[in-house]
Amino acid sequence: MKELIIISGKGGTGKTSITAAFAFLAKNMVLCDADVDAADLHLLMSPEIVERHDFQGGNQAVINKDMCVECGLCRELCNWNAIDEDYRVSPIDCEGCGVCVYFCPEKAVDFPVKTCGEWYMSNTRFGSMVHARLGIAEENSGRLVALVRQQAKKLAEEKGLDLILTDGPPGIGCPVIASLGGASAVLIVVEPTLSGKHDMLRVAELAGHFKVPAMICVNKFDLNKDETRVIEDTAREKGMEVLGRIPFDPVFTKAMVQGRTIFEYASRSEACEGVINIWDKITERLYLK
Amino acid sequence: MIISVASGKGGTGKTTVATNLAVSLGENVRLLDCDVEEPNSHLFISPVIEETRIVSTPVPQIDEKKCTLCGKCAEVCQFKAIVVLGKTILAFENLCHSCGGCMRACPADAIKWIDRELGVIRKGRRNGLEFIDGTLRVGEAMSPPLIRKVRAKADMDRLTIIDAPPGTSCPVITAMKGADFVLLVTEPTPFGLHDLKLALGAVRILGIPCGLVINRSDMGDGKVKEYAREESLPILMEIPFDRKIAEAYSKGRLIVEEMPDWKNRFIELYSQINRIVKGIITP
Repeated sequence: MKELIIISGKGGTGKTSITAAFAFLAKNMVLCDADVDAADLHLLMSPEIVERHDFQGGNQAVINKDMCVECGLCRELCNWNAIDEDYRVSPIDCEGCGVCVYFCPEKAVDFPVKTCGEWYMSNTRFGSMVHARLGIAEENSGRLVALVRQQAKKLAEEKGLDLILTDGPPGIGCPVIASLGGASAVLIVVEPTLSGKHDMLRVAELAGHFKVPAMICVNKFDLNKDETRVIEDTAREKGMEVLGRIPFDPVFTKAMVQGRTIFEYASRSEACEGVINIWDKITERLYLK
Repeated sequence: MIISVASGKGGTGKTTVATNLAVSLGENVRLLDCDVEEPNSHLFISPVIEETRIVSTPVPQIDEKKCTLCGKCAEVCQFKAIVVLGKTILAFENLCHSCGGCMRACPADAIKWIDRELGVIRKGRRNGLEFIDGTLRVGEAMSPPLIRKVRAKADMDRLTIIDAPPGTSCPVITAMKGADFVLLVTEPTPFGLHDLKLALGAVRILGIPCGLVINRSDMGDGKVKEYAREESLPILMEIPFDRKIAEAYSKGRLIVEEMPDWKNRFIELYSQINRIVKGIITP
């Protein structure tokens, strides 16, 4: 079984729309949305939720006023300044480190498990999908990413499917690190801008760090053809295969407005051709049937 | 005043708005790039860098000669960064959140702090504009401690503009918290709308006044505007899709450099924010 992660470093380069287009082309696949912080893939997949589970992402300190003698030790020890003068813990600031719980001489700090979001198993017109919703302003997105990937893998094993197609998060931090470990390959969707190149290089370095082979494609390549060439050359120098180009095409936005993939909206567009070429190369590289 | 420029969805134009606003206002402005995972503001500002500093966080190092393997440190650690296995003790510094619990719990004084590099903070300027950004070390998982350090450079005596990371979880909360105003940037598409709702939810949890910039305002549909109306979220600026703007962006050029008439629009954007923050108009 293979797992392809679609990432970009920079946000808004077209990861999700391209993942959805691949889902249309792929066979025997499980879809996984690992961008749990601002998940959008479901907007194109209209998943029918089959299972819904709470995600418990750690604990949070709560001071029991009846037992607290206001000695001040917790406020002194808290590295996040999460406890105010009235001995209330700010849920946004609490890191869940438990230092106040452990050291409180009165044992006045409770440490309940926190539900930080939900994750789902769903059916879509392209097959099964595992996705999640992290609560607003919550932490532990890395753990939720690891969880949805693990569930997608389990599902693929049970159903005997060959491929997991994972829509990854932007950036290079904790959720991206959680998306990379053990993946078969990553596809970096790059836009032909200075920012796109800068961010590609950082996320490519991260993939190298985790020894996951990286490939790139340039989306909206005709917005700056010179920069596209520079990006492709740079990628090759860094040992990444360049799989192809996709033109800037309003079809992406129009399809999105209708909640469809670009193939369902306008299968004859140049954007679709670009995506098909890239997908053909991916199936070869990953030895998919 | 501190204005934080944020969005749920990535790539909607946070950096475009933050950099153009900062440059349009010119003197006596400080721009902080808190998108430390992928900082891009410097590409548009081209600051003269005056100082580069490595930023670290303390993580435990265990002196095995002193350690009695009592396991108290592992017991207090919520992040599994210290594990006692039979006669060995292991510290996984990448998992450590620097809470200090293990050191305090150790009865044998066997733990001392060493530094784990988070990344670098750079300071520079472009004429009268002060520029500070943070760059997360590739491989480092935790961005909030570095964001907090960049965020701490906000200057109360002048206007500080923050380019925040995307999303709605801990990194962006760290970059928005304590701001006087959050300027949300979105695009009028289903993804843009969905992520705007999440971002607005985060801003409302923090209780900060906010307004909206709609980028590529003529692509997509009218649902973002409808939503803004329902939520009484003032639309402070619309930037239409213009190939000239897209091309300028791709080369690291500012809109206000390419099309100088935009400068007044960004100045007007700031005036509107100022009026909202000072309570002269209620959105």
